[in-house]
Amino acid sequence: MNKVRLVQGNEACAMGAIAAGSTFYAGYPITPSTEIAEYMARELPKIGGIFLQMEDEIASMGAIIGASCTGVKAFTATSGPGFSLMQELIGYAAMTEIPCVIVDVQRPGPSTALPTLSSQGDVQQARWGCHGFHSIIAIAPSSIMEIYYQIINAFNLAEKYRTPVIFLMDEEIGHLRERFELPEDYQPEIINRKKPESDLEVYLPYINDESNGVPPMANFGDGYRYHISGLTHNEKGFYSSVPSVVDTEIRRMVGKIEDNVDDIAQFEEAYADDCDILVIAYGSVARSAQQAVEEMRAEGISVGLLRPIVLWPFATDYFTKACMGKKAVVVAEMNLGQYAREIRRIVHTDTPLKSLTRVDGEFIYPIDVINAVKEVL
Amino acid sequence: MTDKWDILLSGTGGQGVIKASVILAEAALIDGHNAVQSQVYGPESRGSATRAEVKISDSKILMPKVITPNLLLCMSKQAFKKYASNIIEGGILILDGDIGVNEEPSGVEVYRKPITTIARENMGNDLYANTVALGVINKIASLVSDDAMIESLERNFSARLLVANTLAYRLGLEAV
Repeated sequence: MNKVRLVQGNEACAMGAIAAGSTFYAGYPITPSTEIAEYMARELPKIGGIFLQMEDEIASMGAIIGASCTGVKAFTATSGPGFSLMQELIGYAAMTEIPCVIVDVQRPGPSTALPTLSSQGDVQQARWGCHGFHSIIAIAPSSIMEIYYQIINAFNLAEKYRTPVIFLMDEEIGHLRERFELPEDYQPEIINRKKPESDLEVYLPYINDESNGVPPMANFGDGYRYHISGLTHNEKGFYSSVPSVVDTEIRRMVGKIEDNVDDIAQFEEAYADDCDILVIAYGSVARSAQQAVEEMRAEGISVGLLRPIVLWPFATDYFTKACMGKKAVVVAEMNLGQYAREIRRIVHTDTPLKSLTRVDGEFIYPIDVINAVKEVL
Repeated sequence: MTDKWDILLSGTGGQGVIKASVILAEAALIDGHNAVQSQVYGPESRGSATRAEVKISDSKILMPKVITPNLLLCMSKQAFKKYASNIIEGGILILDGDIGVNEEPSGVEVYRKPITTIARENMGNDLYANTVALGVINKIASLVSDDAMIESLERNFSARLLVANTLAYRLGLEAV
């Protein structure tokens, strides 16, 4: 069963979702994410799960939020145009603290743009796409095996922190096929949402007395009665405009993610401690960047790679320390410098920062990274 | 085999070059090599220029794209015009003999085989050109073992299509 196979990124995402325990998918197919919907449509009925093709992406979000309230692990997959439509209900899931996973296989934008080509243009949209005060978790995998392991992590984090989690793939990695092989006897670690232990009458779905800021969540049908609303609410879930209540609840909701960045953040480094020039790249582009770094190290150039696997919440302390004392920092991404803007914020003002960008749907090649590094050498 | 293959299979959407690239990459994995496969296609899927890429190596493959192939297959004249100049010195260029390309690029090994004609005349359908091409390529370049290719064909075709495609692959081998 665990034999070596050639697996596509989108397929690995769907396989991992099932391994994570997901039994509900609602979506509206869109290139370059469609293979995820196809896989779930084929496989979910076999395990007693539910696949729903909805009329659009707004309804898809609504369906997974509703399904999650019943206790199942629910997700959807889309690309830029659909991701834009989902924003309002992603905000609703953040506000009501309902776990769910949204896969965005990025393609160039805005609007329909280049459906079959690649982009990382939704990085800031993943962070700030919905209005108001919220935090979010976003994960950007770089290989087929990492897609599998990290989509499981995405479901786990959604459950652990009662939050929507954005799984930010790009067309390049979604459509790439490579070696897929699980270790013998592989068993994923699965995290389930904490359920209330209180008496039925005294359940507080948004209580603020937990050390990590995440209240227990009762499923529909468990017998607990409570109210879910996108309006600001008190600990019972009912509308409140009392400033002290609103302030406490909003700061708890944001803090449960931002204060746990050490638990959530993940990175991979190559020579990052031992280099003059630090290259930062994520998703498919990180593969080009690593190839470039290996080639330059062989030439004796002092360069290293830092690859964030989790893009949001932004690990301010970690990045600040990693960039400290570097001669220059290069950020490579298939957009106009969305993550470079974040890095610029924490790099010492005297440190040159080169933002290597690409927006034509073509890939960033190792030679592009090498040229960018040589500009700041 | 050389220790590193950068293979570009090019043609027109609908000819099956992406399918062929998937079968080839999986066969390389079965043989114990590393392999990655990717493709570029247009939103129309059929009739547009299509490029499928396979990298085979015994070390970790970071950069997934093929920039300068050492093996290039062209199944259309348009693909030849677009990609022939990218092939590295000493690389292998395989042309479908039916696409009307008469140039002889210098510095590369050129093979012309009537891939689509073999499919049409023996299998009664142009659609088998991709598996015929796999036979031609593997005979010329010895990319993967015959056993691995057969197992990969079994994994990638339903029982209904397997026998005919295995036959088409054999015809490709015999054409070289």
